[in-house]
Amino acid sequence: MQEGINIFEQDFWSINDAMNRLLQGTHAKIILLIDREGQLITSTGDTSRMDTSSFATLSAADFAATSQLASLIGEREFSTLFHQGERENLYVSLVADRIILAVIFDNRTTLGLVRVKTKSTVAELEKIFRGIFNKVRRESGPRKEIDDDFTRMAEEEIDKLFGM
Amino acid sequence: MALINYASREINSKIVFYGPGLGGKTTNIKYVYSKLNPSIKGKLISLATELDRTLFFDFLPVDLGTIKGFNTRFHLYTVPGQVFYNASRKLILKGVDGIVFVADSQIERFDENIESLDNLNDNLKAHNLTLDKVPLVLQYNKRDLPNITSVEELQNILNPRNEYRYFEAVATQGIGVFETLKEICKQVLKALA
Ligand SMILES: Nc1nc2c(ncn2[C@@H]2O[C@H](COP(=O)(O)OP(=O)(O)OP(=O)(O)O)[C@@H](O)[C@H]2O)c(=O)[nH]1
Ligand SMILES: [Mg+2]
Repeated sequence: MQEGINIFEQDFWSINDAMNRLLQGTHAKIILLIDREGQLITSTGDTSRMDTSSFATLSAADFAATSQLASLIGEREFSTLFHQGERENLYVSLVADRIILAVIFDNRTTLGLVRVKTKSTVAELEKIFRGIFNKVRRESGPRKEIDDDFTRMAEEEIDKLFGM
Repeated sequence: MALINYASREINSKIVFYGPGLGGKTTNIKYVYSKLNPSIKGKLISLATELDRTLFFDFLPVDLGTIKGFNTRFHLYTVPGQVFYNASRKLILKGVDGIVFVADSQIERFDENIESLDNLNDNLKAHNLTLDKVPLVLQYNKRDLPNITSVEELQNILNPRNEYRYFEAVATQGIGVFETLKEICKQVLKALA
């Protein structure tokens, strides 16, 4: 069974740091990190006018569909995807088989630069995530804060919000 | 499985509405969307055919707010029920935390419910999951129609050991929709702790 991903403080900042450096190094507009199940992990750049939740879900769906296409033609995986628009472009890479890195950029930069810089960021992120996955496996979810108390409070909230 | 981000303090869980084509999965999620306060719901995304059949999925994020410092969110998905979209159904199940099985109560849909539940089991297996590990709630939908199977009979076939909670529903009128949703959300959160 695939375990959930539990990300703790220190890893989270290393991840953000790597993404910020990529943003600056490429002059991309927005970079998002999404798990393959469609949940946004973190983002950098100006996302104020973007529906990041929808973006995350659709990227994951896009990647999932594409990887099925890959297997239909005998490829294990397409590790990167590129969608070209008139002004905005999207470059997507797979990190450690389970995470999607999406770089949104316009004509202030080039695909070549984005590709080269992204490659090294992916390597960096892979190292961090392998560490995270190993931790998860060893400790199988250090969920001390998600306890009965949490469940009780969440149930109250559910009753209140869905009480129609 | 749920994404728990201790640094940004977020918990996201995935709930999938499964069941035969035309059973009312999309109707459920649209009703939820129409009733929820705008501050707690995100955009409803529907990847559908021109005839309004689900092609890939519907998606609705629902924000429960902050609980013990964790921003707690449910991602609701529907699968396409039509038999030939199985590849998509399998993809949507990836990382599922809870399932609502929407059964169509109409007598002429009886077999389709059985086949769809069987298909759910197969597809879970492909992700190394089983219904022992993933919470499931049953919804017997379309109770407003005249020629329907009795709940007893539906239970006998779909839930013979009475393992799962079930709700009768008329999704088009919203009857039973939030009851079902509440139950699955609670079961999912219980499984997290
Ligand atoms: N009478 C009645 N009709 C219903 C009910 N629920 C759904 N319907 C109708 O059934 C049809 C199919 O509903 P959908 O919600 O699109 O079904 P679905 O399960 O999403 O179907 P797929 O996307 O093909 O898998 C629509 O015309 C709905 O209005 C109900 O409780 N009673
Ligand atoms: Mg549908």
